[in-house]
Amino acid sequence: MTKVGVIGAGMTLFRRRLEETGKELCFEATKMALDSAGLTRGDVDMVVCGTAPDAFDGVAMKGEYLLDGSGGYRKPYTRVFTGGGTGVFSTIAGWWHVASGLADVVLVVNEEKMSSCQPHPQSVFAHIWDPILDRPLKPNLVWIFAMEMNRYMTVYGVKKEDIARVAVKNKRNAVGHPCAQLADPNITVDDVLNSEVMAWPVQRLDISPPSDGASAVVLASEDFIRKRRIKDRAWISGVGWCIDSTMWTDRDLVFPEYVARAAKHAYKMAKIDEPRRQIDFAEPYDPFDYKELHHLEGLLLADKGEAPILTREGVTERDGKMPVCPSGGLLGVGNPIAATMGMKIGELFWQLTGQAGKRQIPHEVHTGVSQAWGDLMQYGSVVVMRG
Amino acid sequence: MTARISRWPGVELSAADLNERKVTQTRFRPDAKYAWSAGEAMSRFLAELQNGRLIARSCRRCERILFPPRMFCEECFRPTDEWIFIQDTGTIETFSVSYLDTDAKRIAEPILVGVVSLDGASPKMGMMHFFGEMTKDEIRIGMRVKAEWRPPRERQGSVLDIRYFRPLRKGEQ
Amino acid sequence: MRVGIIGVGMTAFRPSTPEYNWKELMFEAASRAYADAEINPREDVDSFLTCAEDYYEGFGIFDEFVPDQLGAALRPTCTVSGDGLQGLANAYMQIQTGLIDVAVVEAHSKASDIVTLDGVIEHALDPIWNKPLGAHPFVVAGLEADAYLRVTRTSPKALAMVVAKNHGNALKNPLAAYGAAVEVEDAMRSPERFAPLRALDISNPADGCVVLVLASERAAKKLHSNPVWIRGVGWASDSPSLETRDWSDAAYARIAAEMAYRLAKVRRPATEIDVAEIDDRFSYKELQHLESLGLAKKGDAGKRVMRGDYGAEGRLPVNVSGGSLGCGNVFEATGLHRAAEVALQLRGDAGVRQLDRVRTGVAQSWRFIPSATGAVAVLGVGG
Repeated sequence: MTKVGVIGAGMTLFRRRLEETGKELCFEATKMALDSAGLTRGDVDMVVCGTAPDAFDGVAMKGEYLLDGSGGYRKPYTRVFTGGGTGVFSTIAGWWHVASGLADVVLVVNEEKMSSCQPHPQSVFAHIWDPILDRPLKPNLVWIFAMEMNRYMTVYGVKKEDIARVAVKNKRNAVGHPCAQLADPNITVDDVLNSEVMAWPVQRLDISPPSDGASAVVLASEDFIRKRRIKDRAWISGVGWCIDSTMWTDRDLVFPEYVARAAKHAYKMAKIDEPRRQIDFAEPYDPFDYKELHHLEGLLLADKGEAPILTREGVTERDGKMPVCPSGGLLGVGNPIAATMGMKIGELFWQLTGQAGKRQIPHEVHTGVSQAWGDLMQYGSVVVMRG
Repeated sequence: MTARISRWPGVELSAADLNERKVTQTRFRPDAKYAWSAGEAMSRFLAELQNGRLIARSCRRCERILFPPRMFCEECFRPTDEWIFIQDTGTIETFSVSYLDTDAKRIAEPILVGVVSLDGASPKMGMMHFFGEMTKDEIRIGMRVKAEWRPPRERQGSVLDIRYFRPLRKGEQ
Repeated sequence: MRVGIIGVGMTAFRPSTPEYNWKELMFEAASRAYADAEINPREDVDSFLTCAEDYYEGFGIFDEFVPDQLGAALRPTCTVSGDGLQGLANAYMQIQTGLIDVAVVEAHSKASDIVTLDGVIEHALDPIWNKPLGAHPFVVAGLEADAYLRVTRTSPKALAMVVAKNHGNALKNPLAAYGAAVEVEDAMRSPERFAPLRALDISNPADGCVVLVLASERAAKKLHSNPVWIRGVGWASDSPSLETRDWSDAAYARIAAEMAYRLAKVRRPATEIDVAEIDDRFSYKELQHLESLGLAKKGDAGKRVMRGDYGAEGRLPVNVSGGSLGCGNVFEATGLHRAAEVALQLRGDAGVRQLDRVRTGVAQSWRFIPSATGAVAVLGVGG
């Protein structure tokens, strides 16, 4: 198995509306990633595209549409799609392109332009449901998260204020992120608790916003990294991915078993048997504040029901024992679905190579884990990286 | 590299830029319509809804009663075995009190929606539906409920043939 | 490490399948593939891949609706938004890493569920440059066919020969949807649609599902199977922009073939390949692709089809399955169907259409209109 490293990353601003087309956003992120790795498109063997529903950008076969902006012209190019899980999964696909020995350098480019969808990107989510069982009820996407959050809160007796702490932490962490859409240095738990109730228990500040944006990372083989004497690199030492059954109304939503399976897969590969001791920081998927807690438990970085306690005790703060979402996460930086790779894979790379600037974790970190989540509350993708 | 990057690309637009067409836009409404074959399991399920009944499939190997019904067992990967009627009573597994409609528009009167696990099916097997005849302060996880069916002539072979699930009345269990 | 195909499962291809939903269709093909490979998907498979494009399915995130009917619930599973051969290539890479021993690749079409198929295809056109023109998306094929015929000086009669050959071949394929005895004159006189393309030059949609089981050499040995080896894979994309493409040359197929041949150590494809399954969703595409794959010299494919070189008895049998003209356009399942067909030929399991002495075959696909993306797989037995 060829050893694979991340050697460059780039991302655009994340904003509710950006002027650039999807292709242009891809180009900007790709150019940054290549520049930061000191490479050009000519060095790239293959390209992986990650992007979520076509209906956001308003183009079917969206991967084909984005390919020239992503550097894929006349190259082997593939799009992978696992819902929101794409934010980390596309890097896993990039990993197997290199680890297989078929490519030395692979670009992974993720994009979402949600503002193209009118009148509101939310309407796209009407098409993710089972046409017979769910769609006649005209569900709103927030409903299922509210249901999952409620189940989690009720089973473990979690207080809403302990969940709100996640939103506060991440929006404050995002203050140091140059691309952030919703950074807020002064936000308090009360602000979250007093924000508009959307679908109880979910309130407005519990949710990450829809955004436009793109991100890119460059992966390379160990040989290539050594030959080119590339210093800024972080190794991908474990990958895992898992999908649960489609029948979400048959599952107990209190614990994300699919995340746990993906994590165990990645940890086994990375030779991690005590994740809480061996992992220094985490970038779990946080489109909602409770999801960070849910995912910390799925990643086996907290016992079941324990994540809110760790958060309350400050363990997950940037200067805590286990910093979580030092990037600011989706809650602070924004949520252009697949492009959140910028905070998940990008942030791991920047932190592990000491390039995170104002967001740099103050103590030394050697091992980080990132995770994304998608489909009908059923997909987990996990990457472990080492400095 | 955050430390060395001087420019983070992207030109932000406001809602007004778009709504007042200050930026060039092209508009397109896709012509994408579908009529899915319901298939064996869902066709029978929908037909039975019209009869005011809920139907499931059993798998002999894992001894589960699968609801919503399916022709294959995802756990054992084999065809399921028999049709079994289950009850229209159940337990609220989780719920939400929603002030959002489908398009994220705000609504004054909240929708009570959640997952009901149904009696007669294997544990946790249920469906998403609405709740009625209860207030947002009364609804709770673990509450026992029963389907409130539309009158037979109004049923169309849809999950909406059940109007909502309501609390059990006296004498019901 | 070598990677082989150890199981093949297909449903019949039909203009519509009202009795099944897509899950039940997939369950049938998957059950057949697992029975063929003699494996239990819940115990023996490390990874599952589906090849699907959302607008063909009518979903925002089709990946949600995949796992149960493949035996993939709570297993590593993903969607490749591409043709089945791109899925095959990704499974091949997964196995090459050493992390995965057995992988399952699925692709299907439930085109009969799409009420407005033309509208769905049109939606893939560029929103700024092309959609405002309001043209039918198959105009793209007409333009390309015109460029191909001009540049290569190919006679329109060659297209009719492809049509007649593939519909005729499909008569021997019990899975095919559109087997028919079509005369060359019938094809040449069928109504003009997107000139120079006529009605019979265009494949008709079909429903169907294909599942392949792939294994590393080590796993294949453990499972006592006799695999068809994937000797090489390649995939590539030309410009997505219609305005900057070279219309006469299928560059994507050429680049993909170069990669697949390199991995397979095929130096002279025209002499080393015994059987070919080539994307023929429009009749001219078969000829254009044969040239891009180096199986015919540029401008020769038309002459050679007229000489009978590509018939089942010819020098290079092409689309003995009936191709897409004969079996139906199964969209993202097209390439996987062709790989399955080549595998059956190489195994000697192709029934009445079995060819003699075939040891190396090639399967090729294109991602249909408006893409310039395609993939190639070189398969072989023995050695």
